Amino acid sequence: MMNVNVQFREDGNVTRGLIEGEIDTYTAPILRAELDAIRVANGMLIELNLSKISYMDSTGLGIIVAFYKKVTKENAQLKLVGLTNRLGRLFDITGLSDLMDIEMDKKVELSYESI
Amino acid sequence: MNELQIQYKKILADYIENQTERNLYIGQNFIRQLIQKKITPEEVIGMHKHAIEEISPDLPPASAHGYDFLIEIMVHFGLTLKERQSLLERQEELRIEMNVAANIQNLMLKTTVPNTNQIDIGMVSIPIRKMNGDYVHFLMDDDTYVGVAVTDVVGKGVPAALCMSMVKYGLDTLEYAENNPAYVLEVLNRIIEKSVDDSMFVSMFYGRFDIVNDLFTYGSAGHEPALYYSSVEDTFYDLESKGLLLGVMPEVKYPQFEVQLQNNDFIIMMTDGVTEFRKDETINSREIIGNLARSLCHLSAQQMCEAIYEELQKLQKFGLEDDFTVVIFKK
Repeated sequence: MMNVNVQFREDGNVTRGLIEGEIDTYTAPILRAELDAIRVANGMLIELNLSKISYMDSTGLGIIVAFYKKVTKENAQLKLVGLTNRLGRLFDITGLSDLMDIEMDKKVELSYESI
Repeated sequence: MNELQIQYKKILADYIENQTERNLYIGQNFIRQLIQKKITPEEVIGMHKHAIEEISPDLPPASAHGYDFLIEIMVHFGLTLKERQSLLERQEELRIEMNVAANIQNLMLKTTVPNTNQIDIGMVSIPIRKMNGDYVHFLMDDDTYVGVAVTDVVGKGVPAALCMSMVKYGLDTLEYAENNPAYVLEVLNRIIEKSVDDSMFVSMFYGRFDIVNDLFTYGSAGHEPALYYSSVEDTFYDLESKGLLLGVMPEVKYPQFEVQLQNNDFIIMMTDGVTEFRKDETINSREIIGNLARSLCHLSAQQMCEAIYEELQKLQKFGLEDDFTVVIFKK
């Protein structure tokens, strides 16, 4: 069973989200709903960790871009971290890596257990 | 009803007395009569309750309560069943409408491959579902330029199809194949950015072949790079070009590049349905496609496209998961 799961942790003015699973046509609406639920405020930083995404197609990319536009509109910032090579290539080809703040996979030590 | 009640009691009593196939068969036939008289299942249970109470008057109260309970839930069962049937009918209507829409789309977005002696052009575009999220558009000015747009809408189904119609009309209004790829992409970006929802985008590879000078000029908006095969060097090159997906930001400039084609050179343009191997990410699909194309280069451009489709289908064990489009320009 394919699924996607998002966990958020608020840390002062930074909201960190960890996205896990496969994002395709069927699971993309779940991701969209999860991201829509975030209250985006002026000046806030939202950091999405994509390192646990095992697959993402262009539908998933669309959801991320829509979220980027929403965040930018609110004068907040979006940062994507933990991209695998494969995801990194997707963002490169689509020209999105020039537009968005992206950090490739490095061992980010984040504890999500307390959520 | 009373008449039926009496008949039912008789049939039931016979069966209780003697459990033969024949007595059971009489009961089964009797049900047909009940259906003709539009007796509902819960009414049949009501009949049964009365009959059994008359046949064995000293049944415990639990039995009567049990029947009442069954009658109540059967009423609900009937309602739910009816609701379900009407949903199924509605679904069927939608399916028919969807088919009509898909046919109209296929008709509108039908691509004709231009025929010219100066360059051999082949194309295969296979949708994974009814509506194709890929689209190829050709423009040709009498034997001077051939333009080609290979596009992929991010998103699937009906919204993607509607978006694709817009791309087609945008390209139609550009009219001349002579336009610079950078210009074409810029104009289309403006059109799409204004008109579609925030999570919908289009990736496009745009190429223009100058027939007189054998010069291929190209630009890309977030699209999978094309592959260029130089026959003199027997080497493949990625036709890389940085450019943002169409429809993300309002004013975007796109660079364009050019490559001089020699005899037997070819260019493979494709969508990500061709390069994507979901089940095995270690596969270098571009290398596979390159090697495959090299082994097929004695064929015509159209035959090459068809053979690539067949081979990749086999490699993916017939589990292609995306619309598949490949276009070849062969000198």
